[in-house]
Amino acid sequence: MPPILEVAGLRAGYGPIDALHDVSLTVDEGEIVTMIGANGAGKTTTLMSVSGVVRPRAGRVTFGGNDLRTFPAHEIVKLGLAQSPEGRKIFPRLTVLENLQMGAFTRKDPPGIAADIEKMFGMFPILNERKGQAGGLLSGGQQQMLAIARALMARPKLLLLDEPSLGLAPQIVTQIFGVIRDLNQNQGMSVLLVEQNARMALKVAHRGYVLETGRVTFSDKADVVLNDPRIRAAYLGE
Amino acid sequence: MIFAADSAFWQAFTQQTIDGLAFGALIALVALGYTMVYGIVELINFAHGDLFMLGCFLSLTILAAFGLGGLGFDATVKDPSPVYVAVILLTCLLVAMPFCGALNFAVDWVVYKPLRTAPKLAPLVSAIGVSFIFMNVGLFWGGAQDVNFPNLIPDTNLMSEGSGIRFTYKDAMVFGVTVPLMIGLTLFVQYSRLGKAMRATAQNPTAAKLMGIDTNKVIGLTFAIGGALAGAGAVVYALKVNTISYTMGFQNGLYAFTAAVLGGIGRIPGAVLGGLIIGLVRYYGSAYVGETWAGALIFGILILILVFRPTGLLGSTTREKV
Repeated sequence: MPPILEVAGLRAGYGPIDALHDVSLTVDEGEIVTMIGANGAGKTTTLMSVSGVVRPRAGRVTFGGNDLRTFPAHEIVKLGLAQSPEGRKIFPRLTVLENLQMGAFTRKDPPGIAADIEKMFGMFPILNERKGQAGGLLSGGQQQMLAIARALMARPKLLLLDEPSLGLAPQIVTQIFGVIRDLNQNQGMSVLLVEQNARMALKVAHRGYVLETGRVTFSDKADVVLNDPRIRAAYLGE
Repeated sequence: MIFAADSAFWQAFTQQTIDGLAFGALIALVALGYTMVYGIVELINFAHGDLFMLGCFLSLTILAAFGLGGLGFDATVKDPSPVYVAVILLTCLLVAMPFCGALNFAVDWVVYKPLRTAPKLAPLVSAIGVSFIFMNVGLFWGGAQDVNFPNLIPDTNLMSEGSGIRFTYKDAMVFGVTVPLMIGLTLFVQYSRLGKAMRATAQNPTAAKLMGIDTNKVIGLTFAIGGALAGAGAVVYALKVNTISYTMGFQNGLYAFTAAVLGGIGRIPGAVLGGLIIGLVRYYGSAYVGETWAGALIFGILILILVFRPTGLLGSTTREKV
């Protein structure tokens, strides 16, 4: 079976600078793949290029057989790809409920949307308690839950997660990673996960890629990456 | 005597309040266009006042077509019946609103959209350029002199003789057009799918794209709605004030822009509040301080409010968590 997402020879950047020189990776259906790397390695740019927010300068991005370079960002969501972006990017003056509704913007099935909102409230009960509050007033952890729930509202086949653990208390990180694993195992959702918390990410992922200054320098099964002495030294603080 | 709280004082005060609110409601309608556009693309659309001016000339052209004279045409209809006047008012609104909306949309598409990622100064200077182009179109359309706009709506007082207060058909028309439009806009932005998409795009364009929102379409829609409101404001202004000129966009645009800043630029209720405050200050100022001081008072209050609340009256004062 062909991979659900295939990135090949991707080059992308901002202004005169290329942030990505040559990134190639694949995500198979039902797989959790993680990208680890230092600040500025190009992890976020890779995700933004897949989502169409940053336009690739060279290379291919194929999702479910579609060449994503021919789609504007707002149409990529409809193909079944959603992102919970770096820094959460919650709409601060929309309520929690409205934020979730925005996640389902491309969907045209109000009963299904209402049912999914209830599902998100089941998954993250705190969002239900705060549903009438402005998104900007939530705590960091609550905003992260909202960002993930908002992305799930699009019913994606592939979920892109950018730094879901950043700045959060360990308890909440555990909860969020529990949700990710659950979505993958019980709903077969494919996940491309970008994380600074490499240990946590490699424990939940099937495969891992290491990104260094815009290039993939290492990739293997997650447990192999986790046990590689160089990776342990560089990214796991040993 | 200001301090003598007799009935004559309260009559005059009520009168200034009515006139101030009527003028303020008009300014608010134009201010909404400034604030909506700023809210979504952080552009101060300097051409907005001149768009409003073009709406006035378009209304005059419609009146001429209905045989009421103006723009060099002779008036063939004398003493139009109330039904005829209502038809004209409705026609003006139904033509000027789509016209100004479409024109504003087109200007965004042609001039501002290619500059979306350019430094903020580039679209700003372009907006000043568009303002001059509009002004020259107005000059060509109506000439360099003040143009008389037919006095179609009677100044008949609707209040009883003894009340000492004037509330005319014109005032009723001003509130009858502006208030429903403002309520309609609020409901649209608050509850409709596209209205929510507008707010989302204004608050975080990148996230909006990730939600599948076509942000360029939403921005275009914002320009169109803001333009349509300016068109409606133009019709009402021309029918109320009865004098228009190609330079009117500057002065009224400045009032409207001030209203938007006063209320908190980017905030829709702020534009309405700002407009009403400016209307009231202008009329109270004229009555109790002196006609010549009205302008200075408006901007004095603007400065005072901005010193204590730099984000405007309804602008957010707390930083949102990132």
